[in-house]
Amino acid sequence: MIKSGLLIGLIRVFRNIGHRFVDGIWRLGAGMRLFWLTLTSSGESFRRFHLTIREIYFTGVMSLIIILVSAFFVGMVLGLQGYHTLQRYGSSEAIGVLVALALVRELGPVVTALLFAGRAGTAITAEIGLMKATEQLSAMEMMAVNPIARVIAPRFWAGVIAMPILATLFSMVGVLGGYLVAVPVIGVDAGAFWSQMQANVDWQHDILNGVIKSMVFGVACTMIALFEGYDAPPTAEGVSHATTRTVVTSSLAILGLDFILTSFMINV
Amino acid sequence: MDRTTIDLWVGVFVALGVAALLGLAMKVGNLTTANIGETYTVTANFENIGGLKPRAPVKSAGVVVGRVAGITFDSATYEAVVSLNIDKRYAFPKDTFANIYTAGLLGEQYVGLEAGGDDVQLANGDKITQTQDAVVLEKMISQFLYNKASESTDDKSKASSESTKSEEDTLGASPLDKIGKSSADKAEK
Repeated sequence: MIKSGLLIGLIRVFRNIGHRFVDGIWRLGAGMRLFWLTLTSSGESFRRFHLTIREIYFTGVMSLIIILVSAFFVGMVLGLQGYHTLQRYGSSEAIGVLVALALVRELGPVVTALLFAGRAGTAITAEIGLMKATEQLSAMEMMAVNPIARVIAPRFWAGVIAMPILATLFSMVGVLGGYLVAVPVIGVDAGAFWSQMQANVDWQHDILNGVIKSMVFGVACTMIALFEGYDAPPTAEGVSHATTRTVVTSSLAILGLDFILTSFMINV
Repeated sequence: MDRTTIDLWVGVFVALGVAALLGLAMKVGNLTTANIGETYTVTANFENIGGLKPRAPVKSAGVVVGRVAGITFDSATYEAVVSLNIDKRYAFPKDTFANIYTAGLLGEQYVGLEAGGDDVQLANGDKITQTQDAVVLEKMISQFLYNKASESTDDKSKASSESTKSEEDTLGASPLDKIGKSSADKAEK
């Protein structure tokens, strides 16, 4: 009796793992199919570009405050922490380089994408999930309106456009925050702060690569949010689970992609 | 919300983004310093370039006059060939000296040009013949240690011979002197 119970338990564990794995692969494939459909019906949605502009407003402009405020604090913390470490080696003037490189290369794109996933990604998932639950998407199809061109694609392009802008603003405001801590508060020389920064931050390898990173994060984040919403079971519980999954999956995807992209960019 | 106000906000948002990118490029990055107008290229051979890297500054009298365009290895002479892009506004005589210096103790390395006295000026594709290699810290330290070690062994041999002499002197002389002195004192008393 006990033996068979143990066996059944073991089988259940393995079945669970297998089920999750197969489910993950299935969702990946379905997500790719939705991605492809979005790309192919983008032309249709670009003809009504005001839809995309509306979504840029909701995902981009409405995220500005959280992005800018956190950028300011991140920059100030970088300034303080960096100063305390650099000061030991007598090179506190290098604080500008430290703050700028950390923000432009890594923190700008990554933190923006994480905040974006929490601020805009969840909203997209919940909205689409509810649209599906209340059968608005099916209604559109009944009226011969392509819901992917009408609903999904504008949100996708809005995310892809808004993310690099937000990340750039994050880096800029972060640098200003670092400046504010380093120069007026701590008393690092302003000339050294800017000139060392300008001497060591490369336009192409640092700034443009940061923008490319944020674009990739924009694609990943928005696509995950859209897919989770589109795939959510049409119940209140299903939508809430989908929203949670959006945050978890996008955060993991951002950090994983960040490593891959960085390893490509560092070798250049 | 009305569509026109949304358009306005999105316009402001995109403009802010472009402005931030420009700000990053101009204020944070080196887009402004990277473009130094038209340049001419000269090469210089070094036996050792240390940690010199492409895009390192070329300075003369402390002013940045160009950048290192590329570094290659000449397998015929086993030397490093450094090509320098120098701003067209600045002309240097043909016998200019090219040195590799380090900014600060641990800073980045740059090429320093010291103008000579020749009437003919360097032109595109010319080669700077007078060069001085980078100072490699390990080499310097090992040389210093070597010198110090040889010095100290010399000192030791000298010092030991002197000290033995003086010991002999003191050993040979002082007791007798003391005795002599004390006996002299006693005699005076």
